Amino acid sequence: MAEITYLEAVREALVEEMDRDENVFCLGEDIGAYGGAFKVTDGLLSRFGESRVIDTPISEIGIVGAAAGAGHMGMRPVVEMQFIDFVANAYDILTNYVATARYRAFLPCPMVVRGPSGGYVRGGPFHSQNPEAGFIHTPGLKVVYPATAEDAKGLMKSAIRDDDCVLFFEHKYLYRRIKGEMPQGDHTVPIGKARLAREGRDVSIITYAATVWKALEAAEQLEAQDGLSVEVLDLRTLAPLDDEAIFATVRKTNRVLVLHEDTRTGGIAGEITSRINESCFEWLDAPVLRVTAHDIPLPYAPSLEDFVLPQTSDIVRAVRRLAAY
Amino acid sequence: MAKRKGTGNRETGTGATDGNGRANAATARQPHSSRFPVPSSQSASDRASAKLTRDQKLDLYYWMRLTRSLEERLVALYRQTKVVGGLFRSLGQEADAVGSAYALERRDILSPLIRNLGAMLVKGATPLEILRQYMAKGDSPTRGRELNIHFGDTDRGFIGQISPLGDMVPVMAGVTMTFKMRRQDRVGLVYVGDGATSTGAFHEGINFAAVQRLPLVVIVENNGYAYSTPISKQTAARQFVDKAIGYGVPGAQADGNDVLAVYDVTKAAVDRARAGGGVSLIELMTYRRKGHAEHDNQSYVPPGEIERWAAENDPVDRYLVVMREELGATDQEIAAIDARVVQEVDAATDEAEKSPPPEPLDALIGVYADPPRERPLWFRDGTDRAVDVNERAEGWGTWSARTGSA
Repeated sequence: MAEITYLEAVREALVEEMDRDENVFCLGEDIGAYGGAFKVTDGLLSRFGESRVIDTPISEIGIVGAAAGAGHMGMRPVVEMQFIDFVANAYDILTNYVATARYRAFLPCPMVVRGPSGGYVRGGPFHSQNPEAGFIHTPGLKVVYPATAEDAKGLMKSAIRDDDCVLFFEHKYLYRRIKGEMPQGDHTVPIGKARLAREGRDVSIITYAATVWKALEAAEQLEAQDGLSVEVLDLRTLAPLDDEAIFATVRKTNRVLVLHEDTRTGGIAGEITSRINESCFEWLDAPVLRVTAHDIPLPYAPSLEDFVLPQTSDIVRAVRRLAAY
Repeated sequence: MAKRKGTGNRETGTGATDGNGRANAATARQPHSSRFPVPSSQSASDRASAKLTRDQKLDLYYWMRLTRSLEERLVALYRQTKVVGGLFRSLGQEADAVGSAYALERRDILSPLIRNLGAMLVKGATPLEILRQYMAKGDSPTRGRELNIHFGDTDRGFIGQISPLGDMVPVMAGVTMTFKMRRQDRVGLVYVGDGATSTGAFHEGINFAAVQRLPLVVIVENNGYAYSTPISKQTAARQFVDKAIGYGVPGAQADGNDVLAVYDVTKAAVDRARAGGGVSLIELMTYRRKGHAEHDNQSYVPPGEIERWAAENDPVDRYLVVMREELGATDQEIAAIDARVVQEVDAATDEAEKSPPPEPLDALIGVYADPPRERPLWFRDGTDRAVDVNERAEGWGTWSARTGSA
């Protein structure tokens, strides 16, 4: 089988699920005739028609709310945020309406809100964000953020089949840089399960999305230069967190770095550190460290963006500190 | 008592604008006035309500009376502290809720607002459910999770609102989008207040629904106030129905305290939606005689305004005149309906008071379909009883996405 890109993997999942279940449909801005700002939905309109690939007005509240209403009636909508930064417009309807619907009203919202996320692409303050932390904090939502093409496809298929709302973050830096060979058949990846991206003995890096690749790069470097064996855990799902996998790697290496591209304060690294502290305190040989972005809106200029976002060299420095502790 | 009876409604919209694009500027009224000389553009026999049977017309009175009596009972329970949260009245707005919901078919779905108890009752919500809900009982429709009339049942055709206003407009766009995609002969109706028309959710929802030509009726209940804010501080538009023009949908305005006029204007919009004509916007002129909620002393209302509305334009009083003069309803007939309402509210109250409060551990169930439950925290008393939670039947507290039923 030929390899396909992360972006093509998302598209393949959409096509397969729309083929499989007539209740699945897509809606979003410029997703039909134009095929989406990044061309994720390219070709879907001609294949499935206007009633299942719906070009909408610029209305994040309107289309997320409409997806919820359709979900109540048994449909499985997939909503595209043209850039995930714009999901902030739908924050009310996602957190107040969608996230609470099952609990307060027994109304299901089997829907996916997906979109290109993240930086390293010179996108500036409104085309680079990682707003996942705000949604992880909201009971009732699930949050997925794959790093590989295989997971992008398998998790998207699972997200569409999930009976609750899944926020599906796609890393735009990975869209065309990462390729993978898709497993044969109906390839799904369970939501809520982390993936061991690299086995190691000395230090664990817990991360997700684009920084998985930075962590792997750092691990290679540390092995070559320091003889350190670094384990990399790719969370894949951020809500619900895979506590079991997190605790297993802590117990194995006893030294942990939590790494993310999101800003520092209130980022998910704090939550993961707390869980490790509560459940694995006696297994730790060093304090849990964080490598994250600075608490800064993401600037445009390459020299500024590179300074604000976590880089491989930051990870190397942090792992060395852990190993030496 | 009503000064006029049987006022009709008139339709406006893209086809009925003057050269400046303004619909019916001549009919713009201050809602504070207790009189609505909204002229009828239809002869009496053309009105949809002319096709209602005498029994159906008496039914309208029953629903309005039930709404009012049930709320009066809730006030008594509120004062006894048995209603544990806020209490929201629709006094003076019963005609707008009942007349509009009555224009729907059983298979249609509406989404009510806090002052649409009458619409929910017409759609099949029971006084027992309402009472249990307000009293936060364990067997209330939301099992004690939500307040007041915030609940729904897609089988009976109503979807519960949430507190952020305007949000139900996009949700109902999605519900009616499903009707359209599945080629179902069903219509949706969503209520918003004068205040909600200022929200982004209202705008995005009605605009999207209009573009998609969805079978959705949007009712703007203009009751003069959003909490304490008068409409003069809510909008610079001369009347809310003018907003229809901006969305490219037909607009209509009607006397919201005339239950038959409300029925007529809603039925026309529902019929149009069912026939594929898309979205309509209806402005119902009414008046909120009680505060935002029971705690609100209405200090912001000009002196005499509430009393004038109560004396001159009470929807139940006005309809009683119609019933007596046009339906020939006797005092005996009316008294029998009133007695039935009292009996039903009494019986429901007795039943509701018996209900237990929810079990604390049940709070942890049903946020997600899977996993179905949240683990108790170790420092919270009751962790040792977590097994009770785990012994709940699979899927307890959740609905199937497929069937829309439990």
